[in-house]
Amino acid sequence: MSLHDQDDPTLRAAQEERLRAVWAQPKGLFFRWTDTNNNQVGVWYTLTAFGFMLFAGVLALIMRAQLAVPDNDLVEAGTFNQLFTLHGSMMMFLFAVPMFEAVSIILLPQLLGARDLPFPRLSAFGYWSFLIGGIFVSGSIFFDAAPDGGWFMYPPLTTRTDLSGLGADIWMLGLSFIEVSSVAAAVELIVGVLKCRPPGMRLNLMPLYAWYILVVAVMILFAFPPLIAGDILFEMERLLNWPFFDARRGGDPLLWQHLFWIFGHPEVYIIFLPSIALFAMLVPTFARRHLLGYPWIVLAAVGTAFLSFGLWVHHMFTTGLPKISLAFFSAASEAVAIPTGVQIFVFIATLWAGRVTWSTPLLYATGSLAIFVIGGLTGVMVAVAPFDWQAHDSYFVVAHLHYVLIGGTLMPLFAGLYYYWPLITGKKLSDRLGRIGFWLMFVGANIAFFPMHLSGLMGMPRRVFTYPAELGLGGLNLASTIGAYLFAAGVAVVCVDLCLSPRRKKAERNPWNAGTLEWLAQPDDENWGVRSVPLIESRYPLWDQKDFVKKVDEGRYFLPDAEEGRRETIVTTVLDARPLAVIRLGEPSVKPMLTAAVLGGVFILTTYHLYWAALACGVATLACTIWWLWTGTAQIPEKPCKPIGHGIELPLYLSGPSAPGWWAMFITMMADATAFSGLVFGYFFFWTRHEDFPPMALADGPGIVWPLAALALGLVSWLLTIGAREVHARSGVGAARLMLLVGIAASLAGIGAGLAGPWTTGMDPEAHSYPAIVWTLVIWTTAHSGVAAIMQAYALARSLAGRMNPQHDADLRNVTVYMHFFALTAVLTYAVIGLFPEVA
Amino acid sequence: MTRDPRRWPERLKVTLWTLIVPPTVWAGHFLFSYLWAAISCAKVGEFATFPTLFVVGTVIALAIIILSGWIAWVQGRMPGGTVPHEDSTEIDRLRFLAKSTLLLAGLSFVGVAFTALPVIFLRSCS
Repeated sequence: MSLHDQDDPTLRAAQEERLRAVWAQPKGLFFRWTDTNNNQVGVWYTLTAFGFMLFAGVLALIMRAQLAVPDNDLVEAGTFNQLFTLHGSMMMFLFAVPMFEAVSIILLPQLLGARDLPFPRLSAFGYWSFLIGGIFVSGSIFFDAAPDGGWFMYPPLTTRTDLSGLGADIWMLGLSFIEVSSVAAAVELIVGVLKCRPPGMRLNLMPLYAWYILVVAVMILFAFPPLIAGDILFEMERLLNWPFFDARRGGDPLLWQHLFWIFGHPEVYIIFLPSIALFAMLVPTFARRHLLGYPWIVLAAVGTAFLSFGLWVHHMFTTGLPKISLAFFSAASEAVAIPTGVQIFVFIATLWAGRVTWSTPLLYATGSLAIFVIGGLTGVMVAVAPFDWQAHDSYFVVAHLHYVLIGGTLMPLFAGLYYYWPLITGKKLSDRLGRIGFWLMFVGANIAFFPMHLSGLMGMPRRVFTYPAELGLGGLNLASTIGAYLFAAGVAVVCVDLCLSPRRKKAERNPWNAGTLEWLAQPDDENWGVRSVPLIESRYPLWDQKDFVKKVDEGRYFLPDAEEGRRETIVTTVLDARPLAVIRLGEPSVKPMLTAAVLGGVFILTTYHLYWAALACGVATLACTIWWLWTGTAQIPEKPCKPIGHGIELPLYLSGPSAPGWWAMFITMMADATAFSGLVFGYFFFWTRHEDFPPMALADGPGIVWPLAALALGLVSWLLTIGAREVHARSGVGAARLMLLVGIAASLAGIGAGLAGPWTTGMDPEAHSYPAIVWTLVIWTTAHSGVAAIMQAYALARSLAGRMNPQHDADLRNVTVYMHFFALTAVLTYAVIGLFPEVA
Repeated sequence: MTRDPRRWPERLKVTLWTLIVPPTVWAGHFLFSYLWAAISCAKVGEFATFPTLFVVGTVIALAIIILSGWIAWVQGRMPGGTVPHEDSTEIDRLRFLAKSTLLLAGLSFVGVAFTALPVIFLRSCS
């Protein structure tokens, strides 16, 4: 195909027809929900997260009504506990994080000029997991079964089943399930940003939103897994009576606080950065110029990501940790103000240097910055340990938190809503209603939360359901309540605006006259993403590249057709976005939805102690996953290459480090390794906290012999897999199959040897934290050994079925990545439980 | 490119991984400081006054950060491309990564210094 072919309108029409057919949404009442196009899934995701936000907001309004006057009896103490726990948990887990993922899976394909992100089925799976888990957690309040231990669920009140009901299990298991979807989205977003950029979009031309998303998705990989590790220990204690947090049996409630806040503090930045990223897109549009200081924004995002992991202990300043430790965390908490400030100054400088159009989105953006800065300043105050000792657990902290989250997350999202609504629906929202909503929210937020600084300093503690009139806090609390309702009125005005939107007429294309790729979208959007994947030469191609939109629309760039009737996109190199291959994307399928449903069954049925049913769901999850992978991934294409236009031919198959699937495996395993390091941290935490760990009476287990035998078997299995990969690549298919077969045997034998250590030495996990953590590490590692066997068997089966050959070996290469991490896990586990007691 | 030994920083390959060297050094130094303080306070009962190892570790951390910052500075000044260096060219991509690395080195330097200060002023566990 040459450039001139595209001059022919009938050819273009035929191409469009083929693209339309390939990307069409499935029809039918049920089947339309099996679509996996991120354009569709992202919209469902966003609406669902928005719904959960409104629900959690109503819970807050009930709380504020209760606190409006002293000695109020609108709700009981128990209900109040459920209200604030669910409000905090939902806003964090069911709104802020999923909303970032939801918005990103809509925006990223467009920002990157890709047809879609690399794993649309994974996004769909994440969405269905989120929906099921979210309904499960939020619905609990209607059955008086909602969690009531605060959104941080501190043990021992929450781990003791006589003091807390089903709510704690619902929190742990329901939200763990949702974390699965967060990690799934992180994989999709990281690989999307790194591998699916259009040709020419080198790292220095990437839209800043994509930079932020890359950074935030990587943060998720290191922040969420420690909480998953904590959840595992927590449920082991609740369901099996293993004493991780029980001080009488060698446990320690502080371990939970560490694991929770290693997640909990970065979490604040995980939800703050994407919202700020929306500013990075809309500020240049309304300042009518390139954003100043592009590398400074990257510094700010990456710097914040790192520093935010050195802050977790500032939530624990009053727990009696050594003061020298507190000082380290206080220092890091102050340091994170530097990159945060840099971003704000970059935006101010850009607005200053540009010709500003005062639009509704920009009004929200600047207003939210004002609120955020107040929250940032009180953040520096509470980062100073002596001040924190005064303000700790008072309403001052509630005020700080809400200023940061409303200014740093919620209002920027509304700015994004007003900015991007035309992109999603083709229609603009009302400037008039938007501004009314903004002023109600802006004034309401300040009236609601500013008095809380004062009531906190006057001694009002957090989480109380009422307070006596003599304290003199009635006036401040009434003001807060009025402010909260004013704020809610603002949200309601925005909701009315959204509801009126379908009746409005279509806006023109690119209504804000923006310069970035996502505004290629037409008001009557097609499902195919971009008409042709463009060649990028500027950060703002719509402004800078000549006839850019016309060329994209006429299919004059790459991949303008779908000759084989498959959903496809271009994969490029990480640094310089050189085209590498065309990959086939997942088509609409019921598999992601079904897998999410049965996986949800595992978590939900365990909550009600229906272990056999949960096990059946676990088996079904494995079956669905294998079915999904077998039929949908690493398929050998019908021909090796295809042309994408301009005389370029690209392969249709990739394996190894250049392939998206390899990256997905690598990234998933990073998350897995981080969760594992949380468990190892638990072991050494007990060791530092207790004089005698391991206790003399229990120090026999698990011995050295069995752990080292298990380690040897694990390493043999690892080496055999590497060997299989190497000989397979040199066409030694038979030898590779044999090595995989022996590898499976070694992996399975490793399970037995691993469990034999604590089993033969009679370690009782209910007796003390030492046997409990040893068992946990062993179970973790042997479970991974089991997964290793399944993966090796999968690769073997693919080879036998003719779905893998020396030229098409992605399956085997991906399994090898898993095996590297498995070997690392085995080395650490068996060294810690077998050798460390000898030297400690 | 010339083989002049004085220009070795320019020949180093710049990737996404080099970008995170300075903050990773900060993270390593921070983790090391925290674990050392936590373990010595819990196991020994006191934090070593002016520990030599801590000073050495801090100097090494700062040295690596300065080195990567300096390399980035040299790479960011390599000739080629046109102002404002926002094109889809190899040299502009390199300049961008180098400049971001330099900025991150500055931030990481401050971060490491912040972590070192409490040891000078506090010195004790309680």
